[in-house]
Amino acid sequence: MDTEAVYQSPSEEEVKTLLTEKFPEVEVTKTEARRVYAKLPREKVLEVCKYIQHNLTFEHCSTVIGVDYVDHMTVVYHLSNYYNGLMIELSTDLPADDLHVESVTCVWEGANWHERETYELFGIIFDNHPKLERLLTPKTYEFYPFRKSYKLRGSE
Amino acid sequence: MSDSLVPVKEIEEKMETDKMWIIMGPQHPFSHGLWTLKIQVDGEIVTDAEPIVGYLHRGWEKEAENRIYPKIIPMADRLCYAASMTYTHLYCMTVEKALGIDIPEKAKYIRIVADEVCRINSHLMWLAAVGTDLGNLTVFLWAMREREYFLDLNVKLCGARMTTNYPRIGGVRNDVTELFDRDILRTVDRFEKAMWDIIALMDDSSIIVSRMKGVSYLTREQCANIGMTGPAMRGCGVDFDIRRDDPYDNYDKVDFEVPVLTEGDSYARYMIRIEEMFQSCDIIRQAVQKIRALGKNAPYRIKTPTKVPAGSAFMRMEDPRGESLMYLVSDGTDKPYRLKVRSPIFTNVSTSKVMCQGCRIADVPAILAQIDMCLGETDR
Amino acid sequence: MDLVVEYNSLLNFINFGELGLMDNAYYPFDTYNLPYAICYRLWEVLGGTIAWLLNLLFPDNGVSRWLIGEGASTLFALILFMLVMFIVVFVCTLISLWMERKCLGRMMDRRGTMVGMKGFLQCVADGLKTFMKENTLPGKIDRMTYMWTVSLVIGVSVLVACMVPLSARWYVVDYDTGLLIIMAFFALAPFFILVSGWAQNNKYALIGGMRAAELMISYEVPMLIMIATTALLAGSFNIGDIVYAQNDTVWFFIPQIIGFITFFFCATAESERLPFDIAEAEAELVEGWQTEYAGMKWGLIMLADYFRGYVACAMVTIMYLGGWTLPFIGDGPIPEIVFLLKTWFVFFLMILIRAALARVRPDQILNIGWKVFMPLSVINLAVVLLLKVGGVF
Repeated sequence: MDTEAVYQSPSEEEVKTLLTEKFPEVEVTKTEARRVYAKLPREKVLEVCKYIQHNLTFEHCSTVIGVDYVDHMTVVYHLSNYYNGLMIELSTDLPADDLHVESVTCVWEGANWHERETYELFGIIFDNHPKLERLLTPKTYEFYPFRKSYKLRGSE
Repeated sequence: MSDSLVPVKEIEEKMETDKMWIIMGPQHPFSHGLWTLKIQVDGEIVTDAEPIVGYLHRGWEKEAENRIYPKIIPMADRLCYAASMTYTHLYCMTVEKALGIDIPEKAKYIRIVADEVCRINSHLMWLAAVGTDLGNLTVFLWAMREREYFLDLNVKLCGARMTTNYPRIGGVRNDVTELFDRDILRTVDRFEKAMWDIIALMDDSSIIVSRMKGVSYLTREQCANIGMTGPAMRGCGVDFDIRRDDPYDNYDKVDFEVPVLTEGDSYARYMIRIEEMFQSCDIIRQAVQKIRALGKNAPYRIKTPTKVPAGSAFMRMEDPRGESLMYLVSDGTDKPYRLKVRSPIFTNVSTSKVMCQGCRIADVPAILAQIDMCLGETDR
Repeated sequence: MDLVVEYNSLLNFINFGELGLMDNAYYPFDTYNLPYAICYRLWEVLGGTIAWLLNLLFPDNGVSRWLIGEGASTLFALILFMLVMFIVVFVCTLISLWMERKCLGRMMDRRGTMVGMKGFLQCVADGLKTFMKENTLPGKIDRMTYMWTVSLVIGVSVLVACMVPLSARWYVVDYDTGLLIIMAFFALAPFFILVSGWAQNNKYALIGGMRAAELMISYEVPMLIMIATTALLAGSFNIGDIVYAQNDTVWFFIPQIIGFITFFFCATAESERLPFDIAEAEAELVEGWQTEYAGMKWGLIMLADYFRGYVACAMVTIMYLGGWTLPFIGDGPIPEIVFLLKTWFVFFLMILIRAALARVRPDQILNIGWKVFMPLSVINLAVVLLLKVGGVF
């Protein structure tokens, strides 16, 4: 992968074509001005992220977001390019009974705490994360408070 | 050599000093808020650091899922007391994006003005904190004095000093009040002059400069990779400002410079924020002229539906402390299905290990002052 | 003796000389001592009244006779003398504390203390508040060391503050090595701070204590060199001699301008004031070596800090600003006030510096101490030697 060309500030269309050509599994759902939205299977996350970070020079991982859709969970990555302000939104679905996805902390160090947060609040396990521990909530918590199955007291 | 002499190596092994963990916080003068920094020291040198946050975790995002959209606006104020306006603004922008609506020109400019006032507020708060962290209380009080004028502007604009509750989905709550444009221009002019007093106290003091220069050096790549954003990032040479490179509202229609320094040390981060305050003054002037040109009767708010169509949307903005991002998932009802806040400090503080390693204990407050800690948005 | 006559003519309402105060066989001083004279007079009134009352009950008893005798009068006068010396220094220190809070307030664009007498009573209120606090002791401390060291720090500071003479007639002891003794006591406190930092079983306190020792070692040396330089110029370590040598020639800050500035900063560092207060740097070390002391102990430590600040300023005044003398006037009618005004002026300079500067890092402080102040003090010594050899002094 390292031998491939580095595109320092790719446009939206370039990102779309490069991603879909390189990874046929990646489905670019939508493009807007400075925004690219893509879906991909979870097995490909690390590979695609490495490609995006290295070859498309997306140096910054803004967030790693977990969303609980009850029947499945989604992990959303927002990746940012510092040369032209482009952002890629990668989302990947995880089946509710197997909440595992590869950690991207080795690609972007900044994703570290976001993954920890998503882990503790949703129970999504990021494989190969250097320190997957509870961060905001006490270590004694045995539940995942941001899941839809966890109801607030006032809202029932 | 007689046998009684102990070999040098053995002495060294016996003399080996233990490294010591010092737990700074949660109640510690340098931690502006409730958080803990565990530092491992070897004498005076910091060898390892681990930030511990979460004392203020309120489940903000979960709470938002149980409220209708307008009710989240005052909650967004409470994310950060020093930058309440920017968070409310960001929330409103995110919902507008999900709704797919465009707001009136005047509202955009008013938001820019409010944002920049908020930025100056926040930066002055930071300057005050830097003053105390470096041991100079005069800077603290002088910066707070200057901040008071901008809080007065907040009062003039929306009636509250800190939790402003001002932007609305589809515009702003009220038009600029009478003579607000005159007052803000006067305040800004006055501030630019008064700022030089504080700069003289800070930059002309070789003690303060020597405390910050050359400590906690970060390269550009390191800085981008560990996720640092905002003025701290621009001090490391990353030439990126969301206001310029990914403009929201009408930031592409005002003219301003983004200060960037390549030194990458604590002092560069300090310089960036000082310069940003002056740039904010410029932006305020231009935006106020635009508001004046639009006239008194221009619309400042449009009606918006209460229900947001199903789907997801995200917006990001340049918070005073860095890149803040909100991600909204809607299921078509009047309550958000999921609302995620990306706080700049949450990521910035996770870099404290990289920043503090190799410096001295006395440098720790000086370094961490540069990330401008605010726990409301870190823990959410 | 003509000095005494002069004083007596000014304070003739007490009229000490005629009553033969110094003819007392037990008179503890070599020269005239004003506070002692006041105390002696005070005891003559008090003791005389008691003796008279006793005599009324038991006519011609031995206790009454003993009470008005020379020995007992001297003993009780000395006890009163101790109290008077402490109270005067205490009030002076409170005034400098008040001055700091008020001046610092003005410099920071706020009002400073506001309670009564232009804010002076705030110091009293704070004192009362700390005295009324519960005496809390942290667990797992070395209790004896913990209490003893803090007592010694406070005690030594108060002692040295009391030992500073306010004039030729206002002193405790009149040693030939007065300046050295003050310096020795002044430099004793950091040892106790170091031990206390260890005794508190607190990491901040430990680091603070280490830093205090660090600071002391690096600033003692230039200070002593400069004290020796001043003694060289004056020809004596005796404080009175140094002051009158300046009165005879010129205030020593003119020939020793380098020494004056250097000593001023060294004194600021020795009294652990900003920008050199690394031992209690509150930004990183919470309160440094004082972290585990609460309530009254902390209040007294705070006060001891100001005692040390007062002593540092007094040393600067004695060594460089002509002590209690004024040019062309000499001693003047009330030299004590002149001395205190000069001391407070030096303290005001310290306040100015505190308001303007930030705290220095420990490694920088050592650098400044060894690489800047040390050479400067040696240069100062060389200048004085040249002046001395050249016959100017």
